[in-house]
Amino acid sequence: MINTYEIMETIRMLEEEKLDIRTVTMGISLSDCADSDGAKAREKIYNKIVKYAGDLVKTAEEIELKYDIPIINKRISVTPISLVAAASNDQDYIEFAKTLDRAAKEVGVDFIGGFSALVHKGMTEADKKLISSIPEALAQTERVCSSVNIGTTRAGLNMDAVAQMGEVVKKCAELTADNGGVAASKLVVFANAPEDNPFMAGAFHGVGEGECMINVGISGPGAVKAALTKVKGEPFDLVAETIKKTAFKITRMGQLVAKEASEMLGVTAGIVDLSLAPTPAVGDSVARILEEMGIEVAGSHGTTAALALLNDAVKKGGVMASSHVGGLSGAFIPVSEDAGMIEAVEKGSLSLEKLEAMTAVCSVGLDMIAVPGKTTAETISAIIADEAAIGMVNHKTTAVRVIPVPGKDVGEEVVYGGLFGRAPIMKVSEYSSTDFIARGGRIPAPLQSLKN
Amino acid sequence: MKAIISVIGVDQIGIIAEVSTLLAEEKVNILDISQTILDDYFTMTMLVELDSLEIPLEELKKKLKQKGEKLGVSIKLQHEDIFRSMHRI
Repeated sequence: MINTYEIMETIRMLEEEKLDIRTVTMGISLSDCADSDGAKAREKIYNKIVKYAGDLVKTAEEIELKYDIPIINKRISVTPISLVAAASNDQDYIEFAKTLDRAAKEVGVDFIGGFSALVHKGMTEADKKLISSIPEALAQTERVCSSVNIGTTRAGLNMDAVAQMGEVVKKCAELTADNGGVAASKLVVFANAPEDNPFMAGAFHGVGEGECMINVGISGPGAVKAALTKVKGEPFDLVAETIKKTAFKITRMGQLVAKEASEMLGVTAGIVDLSLAPTPAVGDSVARILEEMGIEVAGSHGTTAALALLNDAVKKGGVMASSHVGGLSGAFIPVSEDAGMIEAVEKGSLSLEKLEAMTAVCSVGLDMIAVPGKTTAETISAIIADEAAIGMVNHKTTAVRVIPVPGKDVGEEVVYGGLFGRAPIMKVSEYSSTDFIARGGRIPAPLQSLKN
Repeated sequence: MKAIISVIGVDQIGIIAEVSTLLAEEKVNILDISQTILDDYFTMTMLVELDSLEIPLEELKKKLKQKGEKLGVSIKLQHEDIFRSMHRI
């Protein structure tokens, strides 16, 4: 029998250290739903989602009951809608977003991702329609999430798309000005987007995926932090070992849930995403892990090195615990969703520039960052370009999810509640990047040798 | 299915008796039991077999929870695989 200490360790991780499964995400291919008649395509989409995901929430709840593991979100990701809607003659794709929203509500999932387009090299007519539909689509729906991939290491950066996405982000925020620009929090601009990411807002079901798959995203910053309190003052070798062991245990739980859910639903098990995903709850913060390593306040000097160690150790511990690891798999540093990050910004220790540096060594990018409402579309595009360049050059996924909060400025904050938390408005450069963004075209793919 | 029942709280007379009586009433077979004092808390873990259980799992968990509240301890029931997968390679 498992001994008492082991049982108690698991229970403590679940109860005191806020260990949970962040999401069970069902990826559904909609490629067979294309139709020259948009209304028919939407009917097929709705029916397919309801058919495949009808039991998703019930199954997740049964797993919660059986193991006493909280599963915070149940989600769906679908084939990028620009591919599915392309065959239709519709002039915009807002109705497709509404259909996804309706289907999500019918099956009871928290979010549905995949109102997406992959435009890293260029845009099809459908991609253009989808991107220009994003602001209205996100403003008029509740659970739909959107993402656009504007660059890859192999293709370089599509700077025309980057320029357009700055405007789209602005418009999303403006259309939802009454709610703190919340539509922008449901939109992610990616470089090197993964096809099997279970996390929102960037989840979509990639074209290389199967018909229907279950992907699981774990959480657990609190458990890692608690483990590190036992090795106070010890060298980094021991810090890394401790994180690896904890990550292994956390991931095993994710693997168990993925296996169980896929068996119960009769669906292929996809991947376990090893990301350390914080929540605004006290004790569930990535920033607190960095501070436990000896940084007084997150963002201070040493933060990037601490994060690099954390990110790497989580992966090393996690990969052995699961048969298939994928998605984003790293430490998340969303500002509004992490109590420690929020405090670091408020104390003046964490700036946008430092966050950018941190994203070079971790997953996933500038995430859930509120900036002044007066920030121009070109500046947002330039922020996207900087972040995408880091992803492109370093062969990693990077993303930007910034919210130019209408009517708010530095010193104020915006409150979203729930998993989205609250965000202090962060300072952006006052100088213009307009001429840079106006150039358009493509930034060529980087050289893959002569690395220095 | 096999599950682990864990009971944590302040020690008092009759905890094991109360919990095992409830389990017997619901036809839950106790396979192994261990008890210790951990960080000043009474800690009991039981490996149980639920194959003869006649009520839904949810109901049993509710009854255990109510029993825990009455005794002033926390009682949890979890499928043993969560512990096995976390602590055994």
